[in-house]
Amino acid sequence: MLTRADVEKVALLARLRLSESELETLTGQLAQIVGYVDQLAEVNTDGVEPMAHAVEVTNVFAEDSVEPSLPREAALANAPRHNGRGYLVPAVLGE
Amino acid sequence: MSLADLTAAELLDLLDRGETTSVEVTRAFLDRIEAQEQSIGAFLRVEADRALVQAAGVDAKRRGKQRVGLLAGLPVAVKDVLCDRDTLTTCASRMLENFRPPYDATVVAKLKAADAVLIGRTNMDEFAMGGSTENSAFQVSRNPWDTSRTPGGSSGGSAAAVAASMTPLAIGTDTGGSIRQPAGLCGVVGMKPTYGRVSRFGLVAFASSLDQVGPFAHTTKDAALLLEAVAGYDARDSTSINRPTPRYSQSIDEPLKGLKVGVVPEHFAAGLDPEVEVAVRQAIDVYKSLGAEIREINLPHSKYGVAAYYVIAPSEASSNLARYDGVHFGYRTEQTEMLAELASERKELLDAGDTKAADDMDTALVRMYRRTRAEGFGPEVKRRIMLGAYALSAGYYDAYYLKALKVRRLIRRDFDEAFAQVDVIAGPVTASPAFKLGEMVDDPLAMYLVDLYTVPANLAGIPGLSLPCGQTQSGLPIGLQLQAPPLEEDRLLRAARMFEQATNWNKMRPPKT
Repeated sequence: MLTRADVEKVALLARLRLSESELETLTGQLAQIVGYVDQLAEVNTDGVEPMAHAVEVTNVFAEDSVEPSLPREAALANAPRHNGRGYLVPAVLGE
Repeated sequence: MSLADLTAAELLDLLDRGETTSVEVTRAFLDRIEAQEQSIGAFLRVEADRALVQAAGVDAKRRGKQRVGLLAGLPVAVKDVLCDRDTLTTCASRMLENFRPPYDATVVAKLKAADAVLIGRTNMDEFAMGGSTENSAFQVSRNPWDTSRTPGGSSGGSAAAVAASMTPLAIGTDTGGSIRQPAGLCGVVGMKPTYGRVSRFGLVAFASSLDQVGPFAHTTKDAALLLEAVAGYDARDSTSINRPTPRYSQSIDEPLKGLKVGVVPEHFAAGLDPEVEVAVRQAIDVYKSLGAEIREINLPHSKYGVAAYYVIAPSEASSNLARYDGVHFGYRTEQTEMLAELASERKELLDAGDTKAADDMDTALVRMYRRTRAEGFGPEVKRRIMLGAYALSAGYYDAYYLKALKVRRLIRRDFDEAFAQVDVIAGPVTASPAFKLGEMVDDPLAMYLVDLYTVPANLAGIPGLSLPCGQTQSGLPIGLQLQAPPLEEDRLLRAARMFEQATNWNKMRPPKT
C-alpha cells in the first residue's frame, strides 16, 4: 500500500517539492491508480520478452562526420541565467 | 459561403487553377478565427502576420510559375509541442512559457518546405498529458459542437480548430489517443501513423516510445495529403523508419477490393454508450454493404492496455521531464527568495536543536530544482512524474515497469494474430461522446480510462484513425476508429475513404457560435 512517506520519498527522487495538501491528494490518487495498475499481475507473462519499443530497431549508427552544432549564443539564449559562456546555478560547493 | 468552408483539397484545386490566392484563403480563415475563437479557445497564439507573409510568398511563387510544395498556400495549425524556430513553443506549460527553440522540428521544417501557411499554435493539455485540454496552463478549449463540453485532448486545440473551420488542416500528436480521441469528439478526421513513420525530432518528448505526430482534417483525403507532407525517414530521429513515403494523396480514392474488416466483441462490452454502439455498428454495416467481409476477432490483452500504458507512459515521462531543471532553458524559481527560505528553515531546525534534520536539508541546488519544478509544472504533470518515478524506483521496477513491457508485447502479438485474418479493425474511439468540462478534473483514474480504445495502438506501434460516423440525438459527434498493421497507412486511409464516400458525416459542421 502506497503511503504518504513513499510519496515524500518519490517527490525527492523526482525533484519535486509538494505542499502538504498536494502530498495528501497525491497519496490518495496514486494509491488508486497503482491499485488499478496492479491488475497487470494477473497476466501470465512467463517467457515473454519485454517490449521497450514499437519498432525494434537497434544500433543505429550515424556517419562519423563533422557537422555544424548549435552556436553557443543559441544554446544559452533560453537559459534563465548565464554569463555568455556557461549556465549559472546557485553555489554547489562550499556550503 | 466562405473559402473557410471548403476542404483542403477543394482549396488546393482553386489555388492551382488561379481562382483564388493563398492570401485570400488565409484571410478567410483569419476572419473565421476572429469570429469563432473567443468562444472556442483553440489557439494559444494566432500567427496572423507571419501567415500572411508566407501566403504572399506562395502566391508569388505560383504567379512566377515556380515549383510549389504539396501544401502550397494552405493554412496549417500546429500543436504547441513541436519546435518552431525562434517562435514560442510552450507545450501549454508555465515551464516553457518563454521558450523559443533554436531549431525547427522536422515536421515544422517539412511544413515550411511544403509551402504551408503556419496560421497558429494550438492549445493542448500541458506536455500532452490529458484528454480534455483542461490541463493547459493557459486556457481551456471548447468543443465547437457544444461549448460546455471538452473538445478532447491532448490535441484538443487542433481538433477544435479544424471542426470550427478556423483552419483546414492541423497537426497533433498522439501518445495514448491524443489525436484520435479529440478527432472523435469533435467530428473530424484524425490519424496516428505507425510509430516511426513521422519524425519526432523537435517534438517535445512526453513518452518517447509512444509519441507520434499526425494530421487532422475534415476528410481522409485531406489527412492523406498532410500525412504525405510530414512523413518520412529522418536521420535525426533514431527510431524513424527508413522506408519511402507512399503517395497517399494519389491512391486515396482507390477503393480496396475484398476488404476484410475485423470487429472485436470486447469493444462492445459494458460501459459503451448505447448511441455510440449503434453508430459504430451501423458503420460496420456500411462496410458490409460495400462488399467488405466482416470477421469477429479477439484482442484478449487489450483490456490491460490502460494499466500497461499508465506505467510505461509516466515512467518515460518522469525520465524525459527530468530535463526541466531551471538551468538550461525554461522557468527558474526566484533565487533570492529560495535561498532566504532555505536559510530560515535551517535556522528554525537549529534553534530547535534538530541538527540531524538540518544536515539532511535540500542543498541550494536541489531546492532550486524542486521549487522550479513545483512552480513550473501543473498538477497532472506532477502526478505523472510521481507515478513514473514510483514505478521505476528500487523495489517496484520489476513489478510495474518490466511487467508492463511484457504485457505490451502480448498486446502487440494479439494485433499481429488479428491482422493475419483481417485487413483493418473497426470499433469505437471512445466509449462516450464529449463530456462536460469540469466533469472529471477531480478523478484522474476516470480520465485515464477514457483512453481504453486508443492506447493499444500506441503500445503496439500500429496506425489508427478516427473519422466521424454519426451523431447523438443531442447533436454530438461520434467517431469510428480504424486500425491497420504497421506501415499500412495507405490501406487505413483508403478503407476510411470508402466509408467517407458512402456517407455524409464528414460534411457535417457545427453551428457557428
